[in-house]
Amino acid sequence: MEPILAPESIDLIALAPVIVLSVFAMMVLVLDLWGGRNKTLLVFISLVGLLMTAISAFAKHPLPAYSFNDSYIVDHLSLFFICIFTLSSALTILLSVEYNEREDIRAGEYYALILFCTVGMILLASSTDMIMIFLGIEIVSICLYVLTGIRRNDHRSNEAALKYFLLGAFATGFLLYGMTLVYGSTGSTNLFKIAEFIQNPSAQSNPLLLMGLVLLIIGLGFKVASAPFHMWAPDVYQGAPTPVTAFMAVGPKAAAFAAFFRVFAEAFPEMSPSWETLLSIIAVLSMFVGNLGAIMQTNIKRMLAFSSISHAGYILIAIIAKSSLGSSALLFYMLSYTFMTFGAFGIVIILGRKGEENLEIENYSGLAYKHPIIALSMTIFLLSLGGLPPFAGFVAKFYIFSAAIQEGLLTLVIIAVLNSAISFYYYLKVVVFMYMKESEAEFKISLTPMTLFVILIGVIGTINLGIFPNTIIALASH
Amino acid sequence: MELLIFYPLAGFCVVLALGVVLNNSPVGSAISLIGMMLGLAGIFVLQQAHFLAILQIIIYAGAIMVLFMFVIMLLNLKEGDDTGWIARERNLLLSVLTGLLAVGILYKISGILFTAEMDTPAILPDSFGTVATIGETLFTDFVLPFEVASILLLAAMVGAVVLAKTKLD
Repeated sequence: MEPILAPESIDLIALAPVIVLSVFAMMVLVLDLWGGRNKTLLVFISLVGLLMTAISAFAKHPLPAYSFNDSYIVDHLSLFFICIFTLSSALTILLSVEYNEREDIRAGEYYALILFCTVGMILLASSTDMIMIFLGIEIVSICLYVLTGIRRNDHRSNEAALKYFLLGAFATGFLLYGMTLVYGSTGSTNLFKIAEFIQNPSAQSNPLLLMGLVLLIIGLGFKVASAPFHMWAPDVYQGAPTPVTAFMAVGPKAAAFAAFFRVFAEAFPEMSPSWETLLSIIAVLSMFVGNLGAIMQTNIKRMLAFSSISHAGYILIAIIAKSSLGSSALLFYMLSYTFMTFGAFGIVIILGRKGEENLEIENYSGLAYKHPIIALSMTIFLLSLGGLPPFAGFVAKFYIFSAAIQEGLLTLVIIAVLNSAISFYYYLKVVVFMYMKESEAEFKISLTPMTLFVILIGVIGTINLGIFPNTIIALASH
Repeated sequence: MELLIFYPLAGFCVVLALGVVLNNSPVGSAISLIGMMLGLAGIFVLQQAHFLAILQIIIYAGAIMVLFMFVIMLLNLKEGDDTGWIARERNLLLSVLTGLLAVGILYKISGILFTAEMDTPAILPDSFGTVATIGETLFTDFVLPFEVASILLLAAMVGAVVLAKTKLD
C-alpha cells in the first residue's frame, strides 16, 4: 500500500519548539525526584527550556512553512504568539517562586504543568487542523484545571478548580460537537480544505455547517472567557493561585484567541456575514458585562477578572476585523496586555499575605504614602489597562479601533470607546484608594526580588510599547 | 449467511435494550447495557468495521460502563427508589420527550419501508475499517495528533496525581 504521508511532510524542525518544550517539561518532572523541598533547579530548568523554545521557534526558514499534511504551520502569527507564550510562562514562573514559598505550594509538578500548558498553547497557535486545535485546547485546559486547584487545602481553590473543570468539560463538549458538524458538512478537518470547500455558495447555507459554527463559537467563547460564557471566570480567577490567575488571563487566553483567529479568519472568511454578527454580539456583551461587573467588585482579583472579560470583548473586535491589520492589532494587544496584566498581578502578590489574604481594594488605601514606587507602578498598569496614553494599552486599543474602522465597524468602535470610559471608573477607584485614603493598618508587604523583577519588566514593557510602538508593530504586521 | 448471524445478534440487542429500560434495579440495567454494547460490537464486525467493534468493547463496554457502575454505587440507589419504569412513566416531561423521539423514528422507518427507497450505499474499499488500515492512517496521516495526544494524557496523569496525592513533600 502506498504511504499516504510523504516523508518530507514530517518536518521536525518546524515542530522544534513543541519538541524542545515537551522534553524540558518531562525533564522537570524527573528532576523533581531529587531536589527535595528546594525547587530552584526546577525553576532554572523551566526558564532555560522556555528560552530555548523561543529560540528554536525561529529555526524554520522560509516562512510560512506547512508540514504534517498542512496541519501544522509556522508563520509570523505563530512565531509572534510563541514569543508571547514563552514570555508569559516565564513571567508566571518568576512570579511563582516566592509566592509558592509563601503559600506552601510544594509540588514540583507545578512547573512541569506550566510547561505542558505552554506546549498546548504553542500547538493551538500553530495548528491548522481542527483535531490539533482540539488537542491543544485540551492540553491547555487540563493543565489549568490542575493549576487552579493546586492549593489543595484551600476550599476556594478547590471550589474554583471543580467549577472550572465541570464547566470546561461541558464547553469542550460544545466545541467538539461543533467540530464534528463542521467536519460532517465539509468533509475535512483541515482549515485550508474547509476554506476551499465553502468557496461554493451552496455549501455555505448548509444548516449543519451553521450549527457547527455556532457551537464552535460557544466552545471557543468559553475558553476566552467572553460573555455570556464568562460565568466561571470571576470565581476561578479568585480561587486560583495569583500567579496562575495572571497566567490564565494572558497565555491561555492569547492561545484561544489565536485558535479563534485561525478558525474564523482562515477557514471561514467566505461566511463572515454569518459569524460576524454573532461575534459582534458577544464582543458587545463581554465589554458591558466585564466593565459593569468590575465596578461592583471589592476584591481586586475579581475586579481584574471582570476587566479581563471586557478585554476579551475588545480583542474580539480585532478578530471581527479579520484583515491583516486586525491580526497585527490582535498581536500587539496581546503583547501589551501581557505586560500590564503581569505587572498588576505582581503587585497583587506583593500586597497579598499567606492564605490569599489582603486582596480587598480597601487594603490598598494609603499605599502611596508608604510605598510610592509600588503605588506608581500599579497606577501605570491600571491606567494602561484602561487605555490612557502614553501607555501600551492606549496604542493597543488604538490599533484595534483603527483596524475595525477600516472594516466599517463603526458602531462596535463607538461602543468600545464608551466602555473604555466606563472602565476608568473602577481602575481609578484603586488609584484613589492608593493616593487619597488614609491607611488603616500597617503594610506588611513582601518585597521579594523576583516578583519585583516581574513588576519592573511590566513597567518597562508598558511604557516602552506605549511610547515606541513602531518596532513591535512592524514585527506584528508581517 | 450474514443474516443468519445478524438476526440473532439484533434480537439479542433489542431484548437487552428493553432490559435496560424495564429493569427495576439500576445495576441490572447497567449489566444489560453492557450486554447490548457487546451485541452492537458484533454487528459492527459484521459490517466490516473491526476497529470500531474493538473500540466499542474497550471504551463503552469497558471504561464507560465502569464509570456508570461507579456512579450507581456512589448514589447507592435501592429498589423502590423510583427506579422502576412505572415510576418513570409518571414523569410527564420524560414521557412526552420519549414519545416524540419514538414518533420521529417510526416516521423515518415507515418512510423507508413504504417507498422501499434505501440510501444507496457508498462503495468502500475492501480494507475499509480494518485494524490495519486505521493503524496505517494513524501513523502516517495523523501521526502528529497521535503523538500530541500522548502529551495530553501525560499532563492529565500528572495532574491527577498532584491533586490526589495525600501528601506533597
